[in-house]
Amino acid sequence: MSMLEVREVSKVYKTGTFGGDLLPALRHVSFDIDQGQVVSLIGQSGSGKSTLGKIILRLTSPSAGAVVFEGKDVGTWSKSQLRDYYRHVQGVFQDPFSSYNPLYKADRVLEMVRSVYFPDVRAREWESKLRSALEAVSLNPADVLNKFPHQLSGGQQQRLLIARALLLEVRLLIADEIISMLDASTRVDVLNLLVDLKRKGLGVLFITHDLSLGNYISDRTVILRKGVIVEMGDTRKVFGNAQHPYTKSLLTAVPHLHQKWQSNGSGARAHSVVEGERPTDLEGPVGGSVALGESRRYSKSPLHPQNAAASEASGAQGPRAGGARPSLMEGGGPRWNRRFSPGGRTVAEVLAAAPAPELVEYEPDHFVAVGY
Amino acid sequence: MSLRVENLKVAYRTLRGDVTAVDGVSFSIQDGEIMGLAGESGCGKSTLGNSLVYMEGRMKHLDGTVELDGQRLPISDNRAMDQYRMRQVSIIPQFAMSALNPTRKIGRMAADLLRSRGVAYKDIEEEFRRRIALVDLPEDVTERYPFELSGGMRQRATMVISTLLDPSLLIGDEVTSALDVSTQRAVGEMLTEFRDRGFVKSMIVITHDLSILAQIADSILVMYAGKLAEKADADTIVNKSLHPYTQLLLASLPEVGLRYDDAPLVGIAGRPPSLFNPPAGCRFRERCPFAMQQCTQEPPFVEVRPGHHVACWKVHDDLASGQERVLDAASAALARPPAAGGSATGGAAAPAAPATTVSPPGGAAQP
Repeated sequence: MSMLEVREVSKVYKTGTFGGDLLPALRHVSFDIDQGQVVSLIGQSGSGKSTLGKIILRLTSPSAGAVVFEGKDVGTWSKSQLRDYYRHVQGVFQDPFSSYNPLYKADRVLEMVRSVYFPDVRAREWESKLRSALEAVSLNPADVLNKFPHQLSGGQQQRLLIARALLLEVRLLIADEIISMLDASTRVDVLNLLVDLKRKGLGVLFITHDLSLGNYISDRTVILRKGVIVEMGDTRKVFGNAQHPYTKSLLTAVPHLHQKWQSNGSGARAHSVVEGERPTDLEGPVGGSVALGESRRYSKSPLHPQNAAASEASGAQGPRAGGARPSLMEGGGPRWNRRFSPGGRTVAEVLAAAPAPELVEYEPDHFVAVGY
Repeated sequence: MSLRVENLKVAYRTLRGDVTAVDGVSFSIQDGEIMGLAGESGCGKSTLGNSLVYMEGRMKHLDGTVELDGQRLPISDNRAMDQYRMRQVSIIPQFAMSALNPTRKIGRMAADLLRSRGVAYKDIEEEFRRRIALVDLPEDVTERYPFELSGGMRQRATMVISTLLDPSLLIGDEVTSALDVSTQRAVGEMLTEFRDRGFVKSMIVITHDLSILAQIADSILVMYAGKLAEKADADTIVNKSLHPYTQLLLASLPEVGLRYDDAPLVGIAGRPPSLFNPPAGCRFRERCPFAMQQCTQEPPFVEVRPGHHVACWKVHDDLASGQERVLDAASAALARPPAAGGSATGGAAAPAAPATTVSPPGGAAQP
């Protein structure tokens, strides 16, 4: 059993002026994260990658599906159970500066952990705990304690937030674009820190739009396009032998230092804008190289979280049936011009009308979506 | 000669006194050249770009001249600069995605801007529409409000509007930074296309991302803490850079195909000095693996090879003594014990990480 299982998670946002339209931001997403594993979740803006991070952290609830942590469905937990959940699962987000209250000193985030989770720990014991957490992220206590957020560099702020997570017995870190705001010279430090923590057994969901960062750090890669997994598996296989046209087109767009973007020779631009809309060159199904064998379907594979849970018969709750939930009032979200359906339909209908493509095992531990 | 900047010094007025963000910068750009301007945040690259177009109230022009196409730009006089903006110099500002007026449709906004330059929208509308099609924007974009467009679309709309009057020099400040890879590539290719089609004569592309510059720039200028560190054509910077800072900056870039268990990347230990009271001498000294006694004096920014300028004593000395290629800052930084003060290179200095030698960009030979 994996540490964290994401089972058939879907999220439908209400959109439009009066919330009459429904937009599926995530469609039947399933994958898992093991201990000591870095899984990178790669997608363009609007692909739903941050939504998924929020669902795992229970900052928002899924419209259908479930997040299962160590065999238990996170969605059913009460407030006090959630407090225990956050002891083990923590998030760090893109803009470190906005994670701090500028009126208070930066180490208040550490003090708050103490007042909520360790009210009985003595000062001396706390101090040694603090020291070892800061050491783990290679921060010098004198540099960061008793300082205001603006006195710290972006890298220091981000590392302090990771240290905060380490104070708890964190087993899974949701890292949402944590280094995209940092300079090249400091981002490497944070990246290497994650590698270090991973070696000590921390599971990390590394959410990014930067393919080279994802490739550098992760063991497994999940490529998300418009709320749907199009390719996933072992990082070396996904990057070394990309099969889905979308993954390929992302890879050709990455700027390399020692290799120019290849042009098509005709003088015209080689690359058209691939936005969240529907670029025609991506519409077709994956070429014939992927055979659609029943046994190779991800949904039938023992690797699929749902099947793994079933075979263990551990009594874990299965995914909840999709259906309208009262929590769908989150407004805002995606853009106007991507309206999905006219009003009047229920969440279940919207999801049923937009099934996720089947993921097929192209080679061991390398799954590709077909027909999407 | 398109642009010539001589000894430019620009400061910010603060409550504690002046902070010199651009400190004696000289360079020139040829017609048709795209120059990349790279460096860490706070190194003065955006200040340099902005000062060529618009001096904010808290900015102060201390010294130096800017000459564009033989004319001297009155950069310290905001009113006098009006006649040059959009016609001779134009800028795609940082965060261009939020630079558009949210209460105006794109077409109306372009018309307003043109009127402020004394140009009738009608005269130029046809060309405007042609260029909108050129950057793959839908035709009805002129009738849309900025919030109806995606980030990449807004970026492209800003590009078209700021180059409508065919300026001689375009400054693009972090044009590609907030975009994801495929949009980034498309915008990058559009920039070179604008140059090729003669919409702009020359361009300064400001970014912290050297790999983008390797794709689109002809030459790259690297700044550090308000001073110039190195300038050369793009290939030379990427493959045969001489300044230790440039080398470390390149070594800290992850590339697709590189993984942590193959070769760990190295960061640059420490932080740039405060510009409020910068140290004398080379400003990179504190973080440089080759720092020596001489570095307490300021290194001159001189041409060491044709078209290749470097400000580093070590490089000057080594080249003077006839050595071809000497510095390998990445290996030196790995070999050096972590700097005191806790700002060590994170995981790179961690015991678990194997002490692999990171070969410098371009795979230069060891001395």
